Amino acid sequence: MRRDPGRLSFRRKAVNAIMLNVTGVCTLIAVGLLFFVLGYLFVKGGFSLNFDFFTKLPVPVGEMGGGMANALVGSAKVLLLATFIGVPIGFLAGVYLAEYAGTAFASAIRFVTDLLNGVPSIVIGIFAYAIIVIKIGFSTLAGGVALGVMMIPIALRSTEEFLRSVPVPLREGAMALGATKSRTILTVVIPAAIRGLISGMMLNLARVAGETAPLLFTALGNQFWSPGWKQPTATLPAMIYEYAKAPYEDWHRQAWAAGFVLLMLVLVVNITARSIVAGGFSHKQR
Amino acid sequence: MATASVPRTARPVVRASYVRRIFSADSLAQAIFLVCALAILAVTALLVWELWTKSSLSRDKFGLTFLTKTDWDPVAGNFGALPFIFGTLVTSAVALILAVPFGVGAAIFLAELAPPKASDAMTFLIELLAAVPSVIFGLIGIFVLVPMLNVVVPVLKDDVGLGIIPIFSGPFYGVSLLTAGVVLSVMVAPFIISVSREVLLAVPRDLREASLALGATRWETTWDVVVPYARRGIMGSVFLALARALGETMAVTMVVGNTPKIARSLLAPGYSIASVIANEFAEATSNLQVSTLIELGLVLFGLTIVLNGAARLLIMATAGKVSQ
Repeated sequence: MRRDPGRLSFRRKAVNAIMLNVTGVCTLIAVGLLFFVLGYLFVKGGFSLNFDFFTKLPVPVGEMGGGMANALVGSAKVLLLATFIGVPIGFLAGVYLAEYAGTAFASAIRFVTDLLNGVPSIVIGIFAYAIIVIKIGFSTLAGGVALGVMMIPIALRSTEEFLRSVPVPLREGAMALGATKSRTILTVVIPAAIRGLISGMMLNLARVAGETAPLLFTALGNQFWSPGWKQPTATLPAMIYEYAKAPYEDWHRQAWAAGFVLLMLVLVVNITARSIVAGGFSHKQR
Repeated sequence: MATASVPRTARPVVRASYVRRIFSADSLAQAIFLVCALAILAVTALLVWELWTKSSLSRDKFGLTFLTKTDWDPVAGNFGALPFIFGTLVTSAVALILAVPFGVGAAIFLAELAPPKASDAMTFLIELLAAVPSVIFGLIGIFVLVPMLNVVVPVLKDDVGLGIIPIFSGPFYGVSLLTAGVVLSVMVAPFIISVSREVLLAVPRDLREASLALGATRWETTWDVVVPYARRGIMGSVFLALARALGETMAVTMVVGNTPKIARSLLAPGYSIASVIANEFAEATSNLQVSTLIELGLVLFGLTIVLNGAARLLIMATAGKVSQ
């Protein structure tokens, strides 16, 4: 069966050109969306932001002004607690997987970790509710536990990945000099991977810093300062949610300001972490 | 144990070194690492256990009918999960219908066409989009997307005539299943793009070269050779995106309308599993209501576990190194 070769080739060329351009447009839209989100928050949030935001407490409905100082401190406390819970467990388990575990045991742990990582954050919130809130009530502690559990899987996987990227001869060198295995890990392997480890932890923190859902019924929220660890506390993401759904113009302005602050925090930490690890590869080759 | 097995005449040095080995810093360190690894198993097991036991009240009372009943009345103590399951599935489906073609297209461009440096830079930006907290997407959803759709949708519905299709019929108030689907599609697209790109990059170079040498155009090579080879990995990325869409809470809650009804139209407000947990958990009035909400959490947990497992198997089947 013969076809007109000229026409066929024209059609093929046309399909080629059109489809390739379509894929380019898809990419541009995806990148454009980021700039749209960034730009919109810069404009809306940047103009809504003032000094009071960082220093004052929220004001009752009807009064103008006020800030979210308590939410900033609350978020910091919750994240600090989460880091103390999630990072050590994830990190040490990651060391075990990278340096000790046999293949079958390692893949079992890895499987469970991926499973835990895939659990929706709201379900982790229920878990923290079940083990903490039922006993001591809505509190900073419960919020910290929820986010801490969320940090474990990523802390583990990033630790394992970066330790595995350390060349084996470094370990052999240390052991040939008579170091025990744990000393080798502590003084040779971990220092060699330190940039990757730090950046992994930063990305992990940035990820949970924006989490809202599990905080709604663990940390709950608070219009005032939360004195200790066993009282409900305001957090920045939960505050954004609460203020965005309220029907007051001034609260919306505050929500945009809070969104701007949160987004900047998350993006700055992300970009810093990624540039740390980009520098780390040249370090490793030396 | 150690002392019992060693005869009295044995040289004390041997015994000391044996004991020291057992309790040495080295094995102590290993034990600590192991305990932490086991802690992850324990935490996961405890999570499942808590979900299971704390939802027993609801499971005993409603049994499997919980999943098929449609009314949700906390005052009367009557709870059915179907409207939420429906809303979760519909919003996720809308998100995938919008995000998959678009995401795979972008992944093809980044893997096959863009110069490596530009591809890396754009992937970096797209991955930053994935790092934007969901509550911020919700904020933009409420204050930007809802007003925008309030202008666009009536035009499409009445002037273009899409309103005669049942799923686009009925009144539109801005918050709807469709709105939630659109927000979700923006949130999951970065996952599809970055995972699909990696899978496409793992396709052996020879395949492309052979196809091009036979006279296929760039697009024919991509579509007929590279994409089919990476098919399973791309499916895996879609499953990952679906798992994320199902569990997404904040952005959906803020734009879905939070109405526990099963509507025919995408333009009607709805509800999702994660949203109802977020909205009602802290204010639940009875133990039964808390228990039903936890059972909803269990349902969501089950759904995402199955999807994540399937996604991982598919990605591994295409390219072993991508799954790490």
